[in-house]
Amino acid sequence: MSSFDTEAPAPRRRRPWTVVERGLTAIGLSGKALVIAAPAIWLTVFFLVPLAVVFGISLTVKQFGRPPYTPLLTNEEGTVQLTLHLNNYIRLFTDGLYISAYLSSIRIALISTIIALCIGYPMAYAIARAPDQWRNILLMLVILPFWTSFLLRVYALTGFMRGNGVINQFLGLFGIEPLVMMQTDFAVYVGIVYSYLPFMILPLYTNLVKLDGALLEASADLGARPLRTFLSITLPLSMPGIIAGSMLVFIPAIGEFVIPSLLGGPSTLMIGRVLWDEFFANTNWPRASAVAVAMLVVVVIPIMLLQRAQDAVQDRERAK
Amino acid sequence: MAKKPQLAIDTRPWRDPAAKPFVRIRNVTKKFGDVYAVSDVSLDIFKSELFCLLGGSGSGKSTLLRMLAGFEQPTSGTIEIDGQDMTEVAPYNRPVNMMFQSYALFPHMNVEQNIAYGLKRDQLPAGEIHDRVAELLSLVKLQDYGKRRPHQLSGGQRQRVALARALAKRPKLLLLDEPLGALDKKLREETQFELVKIQETLGVTFIVVTHDQEEAMSLATRIGVMNYGEIAMIGEPTDIYEFPNSKFVAGFIGSVNMVEGVVTEDEPGHVRIRSAELGCDIYVGHGVDCAPDQILWWAIRPEKIALSRDKPESTEGANVTQGIVEEIGYLGDMSVYQVRLESGKHLRVTQTNTIRGNPDAITWDEQVYLQWGDNAGSVLTV
Repeated sequence: MSSFDTEAPAPRRRRPWTVVERGLTAIGLSGKALVIAAPAIWLTVFFLVPLAVVFGISLTVKQFGRPPYTPLLTNEEGTVQLTLHLNNYIRLFTDGLYISAYLSSIRIALISTIIALCIGYPMAYAIARAPDQWRNILLMLVILPFWTSFLLRVYALTGFMRGNGVINQFLGLFGIEPLVMMQTDFAVYVGIVYSYLPFMILPLYTNLVKLDGALLEASADLGARPLRTFLSITLPLSMPGIIAGSMLVFIPAIGEFVIPSLLGGPSTLMIGRVLWDEFFANTNWPRASAVAVAMLVVVVIPIMLLQRAQDAVQDRERAK
Repeated sequence: MAKKPQLAIDTRPWRDPAAKPFVRIRNVTKKFGDVYAVSDVSLDIFKSELFCLLGGSGSGKSTLLRMLAGFEQPTSGTIEIDGQDMTEVAPYNRPVNMMFQSYALFPHMNVEQNIAYGLKRDQLPAGEIHDRVAELLSLVKLQDYGKRRPHQLSGGQRQRVALARALAKRPKLLLLDEPLGALDKKLREETQFELVKIQETLGVTFIVVTHDQEEAMSLATRIGVMNYGEIAMIGEPTDIYEFPNSKFVAGFIGSVNMVEGVVTEDEPGHVRIRSAELGCDIYVGHGVDCAPDQILWWAIRPEKIALSRDKPESTEGANVTQGIVEEIGYLGDMSVYQVRLESGKHLRVTQTNTIRGNPDAITWDEQVYLQWGDNAGSVLTV
């Protein structure tokens, strides 16, 4: 043992948090645990618990009264009884309305995502390649619509697309018959793409701005024309951005309620509207809850599995 | 030592005024805004040469290279490669390949795919691509690494992949931007010789950009020293080192002692320069284009000066001065002496340590004489 061990330790500078730290250690908590605990508690209270409540309600049946569903647990003379009704879920599969609403939602969300990608990719690319002094201004313009209420912006779109709206008045100047745009799927696509475009552009931008220009030059140097360079280098390397952006558009779009109700017609079948109708028009809380839970299972879980698989592939490649 | 046959260095086409250059750069200027990155550069490079563009950062060497690759357009002037005007030709149509300073390997492709990338663009049949990739992998000694991704390789291996990829299309001209810059010293020295060997085997013309003068000296058939966008000197490594044409070149390459002096005798066969800094006259054994009383500079390399305790015999009463050893840097193979002259000027002298553990070596605070030959230094007027 060296003499250092016996020497008195140098006086340490007191940190203001030392007292707090010592107190936490005394009750078995470290600062690190606390930092992780804060969001964990938040998510538990405001996400997991409500989700569990919804799941619980989905296993009951509608009844008249308050609350408008049968209790899960009943206490009859000291016997606690748990009653789980699965018929809400069974109805989802037997009633064609729900299945076609799900399919239609997926279709609308998918098409909107593809359109948003086709519009957002060139925009993100242009911003990423713009001169430094322009880049922040252009990004600002992308984010600017968020400063206005989402509802207001969607509502404003009706002003453009309705029978005597801005677009039809403009077309009228050239003697073109007014187009029917409102209450169609077209209007829903316009609404979704318009509203969620920034969510596509931002992750794509953060990806594309990191793209090393030398790689593009190397590709050109090896004889690739610009289109080939884009397909072989830029596109595969921006895949994480494409996936992130598509998720951010696809997932909220699938459950979208405001846009199809404001812009869509009666034929626009989306699961968000079905859910709303079940909840408020039919006051069938259990059915509405089952629709929500099923949506989670149908949409989110496959996406999660997909992502897990993708990560696994990447890990395996890295390990090789 | 018998010299290995070197393609361009043996024939030295640049000494033959009738020889046809392979790369012809004519009055090329490149402006970025108001700044001249390259200004009025003319340069001929011959087939199978290994030409080094040497300069500090911002000297325009990389810009010149990028113009050869086609990534930058010259503001004025022309670039010809193999007799064809390249000024308007897009990078993907040039018979030129480049090895990037950052290597620019495609991270989502493995080593084989990286090397095959250029060959696929030429639409070669799959079998031929496969053979060529295998050939290149063995050339750079990476046979077992074909399936790896760039991030799974060491710096030296990445460098070799980048070289193989750049050579894959058998370009007429290979441009290398700081090819060894990212490697550590030991690896750099090994790779240097490998690079020269590959260049000799394939006979491809190499243009190498570097800021490392040692690298340039050991690689190049000829060196172009660049400064502020202009070519300061073009020459073989020995010319650049032993016969620099300016104070800048003398100071940029290697270490040098530079003194100011006044011409006192200007004869066709010799020149005498009086230097107050040295405390003696300099007798130069050849004629110099100068005038009596002209102030000029004289540069001498540290290894060209001899140190002694006893006063040596001087020729023509010049080329000998004395001073006190102030510092000694022992480098193993040689020692660097910092000698202070009476004028206060310091001279740097190197001596090879030929005797093992020499007990009689000159040491600190000793009074020493310094002597040099008639042609040991360079007289510089600019």
